[in-house]
Amino acid sequence: MAEKTGLYSVKFKNPVNIKAVSSVVGTKEAEGPLRDFFDIYVNDNLYGEKTWEKAEAKFVKKAVGEVVKKAALTPKNIDYILAGDLQNQSAASCYGVKDFSRPFFGLYGACSTFGESLALGSALIDGGWGENTVCGASSHFCAAEKQFRFPLELGNQRPQTSTWTVTGAGAALLSKEESPVVITGITTGRIVDLGITDANNMGAAMAPAAADVLLNHFKDFGSKPSDYDKIFTGDLGTVGQELLINLLNEKGYDLSPNHSDCGILIYDGKKQDTHSGGSGCACSAAVFSMIFKKLLDGEYKKILFIPTGALMSPTTVMQGENIMGICHLIKIERRA
Amino acid sequence: MGKRDINKSNDEYAGLVKETSPNSPVVKNCFRAFVSGGIICCIGQFLLNVFSSFGMTAESRNTLVSVILIGAASLLTGLGWYSKIGKLCGAGSIVPITGFSNSVTAPAVEFKKEGFVLGLGAKIFIVAGPVILYGTLTSILVGIIYYFVR
Repeated sequence: MAEKTGLYSVKFKNPVNIKAVSSVVGTKEAEGPLRDFFDIYVNDNLYGEKTWEKAEAKFVKKAVGEVVKKAALTPKNIDYILAGDLQNQSAASCYGVKDFSRPFFGLYGACSTFGESLALGSALIDGGWGENTVCGASSHFCAAEKQFRFPLELGNQRPQTSTWTVTGAGAALLSKEESPVVITGITTGRIVDLGITDANNMGAAMAPAAADVLLNHFKDFGSKPSDYDKIFTGDLGTVGQELLINLLNEKGYDLSPNHSDCGILIYDGKKQDTHSGGSGCACSAAVFSMIFKKLLDGEYKKILFIPTGALMSPTTVMQGENIMGICHLIKIERRA
Repeated sequence: MGKRDINKSNDEYAGLVKETSPNSPVVKNCFRAFVSGGIICCIGQFLLNVFSSFGMTAESRNTLVSVILIGAASLLTGLGWYSKIGKLCGAGSIVPITGFSNSVTAPAVEFKKEGFVLGLGAKIFIVAGPVILYGTLTSILVGIIYYFVR
């Protein structure tokens, strides 16, 4: 069973095994530096469908199908699917997992959804709710623009602080069956609000939440940044990364030597004109394929994986409310 | 909140964010907007001169130029080119009448998938709506003032 550690964390006495990881991404992501780490990439962001929304559902379906296949299982072996996305009513996840006909929990944590999914998936496995759980998350640039910003063909310029929503989906299969890469602890994030209202600066909205969950983690586990080979945040981008490092510096922690951000890794910012970096639920979920592979290969022994979310509701932001942040921290290790 | 928490006020954090966030390249954007906006206006003037050489009345040729520019921008939006022009030109392609055309066509293209009535029909003015509403109200106001002051 898990053991509560400090105020915000749990440690798993029996670590939760990550048996397989999958990722399916769109054109721009495949043109980026991480191309070789993705399982499937498509040259058509509509993925042969009529709408962005249906295309995203197909990304989810492919990612879940692929992770089950990679674990040498069939959908019948899956006890639960947990997934979420950015569409209203988490539509992409619901349509995407429908045909698997497995018990399903839909989640929403903005771009931190993959972290929420892994955290709750671990709790299900640890709590004895079956043998195998699939945790997933997805996003689609066009669907997100349509829902949160402007119609795609509107001829405007994006500010330098803005990020580019990743098109794709990622999934991880958590299992009772022993495997080399395991989740050993979780620090659950709190909602943090430092008064950001600029919907084009999500990095700034999320950095305080990322700093908060890291501070809580270091306190709960009695650890420090240098105890980890890498600390990956989800989609802070270059602006958010600088803010996070600044905020933690003030608290006496130096994150700069081993911090990486999935949003900075996924695109070549200069060549691909993505401004501050990548974002969206699929950002951390797809880059997790790379992280998992490097853990399997032994390049990393112990890392922190922190999908970062900006809880941005277009309605409440227009009403003058702030954009709050939430980030969940997953501690992942390679078995010795 | 404990002492390890981030004890920053919103104002302090806003200052840090401002310091960290890169600004838009204003000079470059202004230059591009000046040149591209100028080019669009020159195209309009060129058409105007051509039509006047055909002996068209001022009223007809003004209307025809507007119709052509609006139609061309709408077509370019549908072809997916206007967003690329907009990325490059910024205000240069937003401010002229072509930008207005783009702001109506873009939602039409996007929301067509939700049907012609509740999709396209209801959302076509989602971007241009405020301009239409407040533009009309302002013209009424100016008209009233003009009536009394002329």
